[in-house]
Amino acid sequence: MTMLIDVLSWICLAGGGLFCMVGAAGMLRMPDFYTRMHAASVIETLGVGLLLAGLMLQAGLTLVTVKLLVIGLLVMFASPTASHALARAAMVRGVEPLLERGEGASKP
Amino acid sequence: MFTVAAIALLVTLALALLRGLLGPTVFDRAQVANTVGTIAVMLLAVFGFLFGRPEFLDLAIIYGLLNVIGTIAVLKFFRYGDLGEPGDGEAGR
Amino acid sequence: MLKSASLAFFLFVFWLLLSGIYEPFLIGAGVFSSVLVVWIARRMELVDAEGHPAHLGWGALTYWPWLIREIVVSALAVTRIILDPKLPISPTLVRFRPRQKTTVGLVTHANSITLTPGTISMEVAPGEFLVHALTREGAQAAADSEMDRRVERFEAGR
Repeated sequence: MTMLIDVLSWICLAGGGLFCMVGAAGMLRMPDFYTRMHAASVIETLGVGLLLAGLMLQAGLTLVTVKLLVIGLLVMFASPTASHALARAAMVRGVEPLLERGEGASKP
Repeated sequence: MFTVAAIALLVTLALALLRGLLGPTVFDRAQVANTVGTIAVMLLAVFGFLFGRPEFLDLAIIYGLLNVIGTIAVLKFFRYGDLGEPGDGEAGR
Repeated sequence: MLKSASLAFFLFVFWLLLSGIYEPFLIGAGVFSSVLVVWIARRMELVDAEGHPAHLGWGALTYWPWLIREIVVSALAVTRIILDPKLPISPTLVRFRPRQKTTVGLVTHANSITLTPGTISMEVAPGEFLVHALTREGAQAAADSEMDRRVERFEAGR
């Protein structure tokens, strides 16, 4: 049983690290500011979530798990607010989003 | 295994900082600051497990709170603050 | 008054969970700080349906698991796009009308959109959302979506 939980938490930790690196790679590869934000949100959701899940499995049912849960809720509530403020600030200051020209792309 | 997670987070940090160096607009850099803050929170949590010191989690919570306030404050400054003429220089690009 | 009492109770439970040391002095300090925070919040008129949305407890239990599943699915999709050597993105802006009436519902919808990788809410006003999506399919899925209906149900507290 302990073995199984250990293996599960290792998978979660490795997956979390992997998704963090993928998100950062996306931040380098994407062509403009708004698309880079999408890559960053992979880090803030799946990367952070899997890492926290792995740590929680290691901690078991203790106060440490509760603190990890609080960190998770904090990131999950705070990061979309910050992202939205960032996107809005960029739009107000006139950063043009790179848009795909083609049929179906609805222009505002 | 915590070491692997910590190394992965450090690689992420390096890549994000590279984007911060390249990042053409100031908003790219604000985004990087936000991401680095999130990674710092996770790094603190992982280090707490790595060294067997659960107090680090409290530091991680404080960092998370400061990160939010910091990002919102910086963005308020860039949106309404006095940074020369609007559209002038780096801030408007 | 009932809301204030429940807010004080939640704050005190939060204190107990974070502190982990149960001595009379620290528990007393916890009671004192929760009451102080509630008093300050009442003076700032923050204790209302927005500041302490206790009536949404039920809806959260059914909405959050669905949201987590949605986040995992779209995060995997974005990961596939990033790792693709051709980088098949088609960034699109889409404007649509959300169904929510209350501020809490609108904010929940906008934050859920931003939280799922691949879509970011750029402008949020009652009756009008502007969403930036990484792919054209993502933009089409954002307007008049299942998320819209689920948040509507969540805001009604069901």
